[in-house]
Amino acid sequence: MAIISVMLLSFLVVCAIAVALSKNLLTSIVIFMSYSVIMSVIWMILESPDLAITEAAVGAGVTSVLFYITLKKIHAMRGEEDDEAEK
Amino acid sequence: MKLRNDYEKTLWRRLVRFVDGITLQEIEEHAEELREELAEQQEESDQKAEAAFEAVPEPESREERRRQAEEAHAKEASAMLEKYKNWPKEHGIKIFGRLYALMSVVLCAIIIITLLATVSYLPEFGHETNPNNNEVVERYNADGLAETGATNAVAGMILDYRAFDTLGESHVLFIAAVCVMILLRLEYTKDGKPTDVLRSSEENDRLYEPKNDKILQLAAKVLVPVIILFGIYVILNGHLSPGGGFSGGAIIGAGLILYVNAFGFEKAGKIMNRKNYAVLSVVPLLFYAAAKGYSFFTGANHLESGIPKGTPGHILSAGLILPLNICVGLVVACTMYNFYTLFRKGGM
Repeated sequence: MAIISVMLLSFLVVCAIAVALSKNLLTSIVIFMSYSVIMSVIWMILESPDLAITEAAVGAGVTSVLFYITLKKIHAMRGEEDDEAEK
Repeated sequence: MKLRNDYEKTLWRRLVRFVDGITLQEIEEHAEELREELAEQQEESDQKAEAAFEAVPEPESREERRRQAEEAHAKEASAMLEKYKNWPKEHGIKIFGRLYALMSVVLCAIIIITLLATVSYLPEFGHETNPNNNEVVERYNADGLAETGATNAVAGMILDYRAFDTLGESHVLFIAAVCVMILLRLEYTKDGKPTDVLRSSEENDRLYEPKNDKILQLAAKVLVPVIILFGIYVILNGHLSPGGGFSGGAIIGAGLILYVNAFGFEKAGKIMNRKNYAVLSVVPLLFYAAAKGYSFFTGANHLESGIPKGTPGHILSAGLILPLNICVGLVVACTMYNFYTLFRKGGM
């Protein structure tokens, strides 16, 4: 169990750094989502399943969707310019 | 004093040049110009000397020369002024940018070091002599089940012992939703017709997306009922198993978002429109406030709700916890869905 927690925590650190360093905003959001999923597993290991459910639903689900819409509204999704050029 | 040959290459001269905004090349060009000018002046003065030899200069030409000298001086002064005016644009921003980057790195390092130092002072995780292992925990562990009737100790805590905390939390969520509405909501006109802005935002909503995606619709048909049922289960079972109002509400909200993505706003509007949203979020909040608002006056001392506690472990037990869970769940689900619609096209 200790090995798994250490692995998850190191994943968490890697994700946190990768979110800040990735150039593409869409990639950042996907990494942020995976950060939330890892966090919910860690809550599970820390024996707080209530928080795990909430983290999975809010952090990985709703927040990411809101981020996606925001990216779409500010035209930051990759490849959108190409689509517009075609039409 | 010894004058160095490579005086222009010294650190101080380089700094001065950087501040003045000139390059070495410019200086050399300038020196060349000066040399040429000097030669010209020499020639001129020779000629003038010859001319003076021939004729005494008239007073007007002397006057003329003085005026020319004054003009040249004024021009030089204005050029200098221009250079110092442009300095912030050309070099100030560069210096500021470098300073900014440096300071942000330093600030981040300070914050990280402070936080890590603080973490090292924290007591060991899960140790029995930790300060949080006191009579409150003993009380919750020993009498929690009997006093709240909830098998899930967390639900007993957040919706019974500290129900006013959760009351404040759900109001924070509601206020957040209202703030987003103030910022993003597009209003109908007074006679109920959509305004031009609203109509165009609805038209532009999914301009570059497939309208009725069959794959998404099939997946949603299978998944949405399961997700919403699971959310309802989490809410209703909140006092018996992990979960509760907030998590269940978030799950239902996610299910509704998936539904509206697959089938569009017209179909989703039959369940969730503006009127339903107002009722479904305000009525639970009012009920919650009526049920637990007195805590702010009694100082978290409890009054008996009058609802029987029931047998612990049954679905109809734990007194007020089940209705309060439903209230929180409704508020959270409506808020999540409302956030999505507001971000997407400014209202349901």
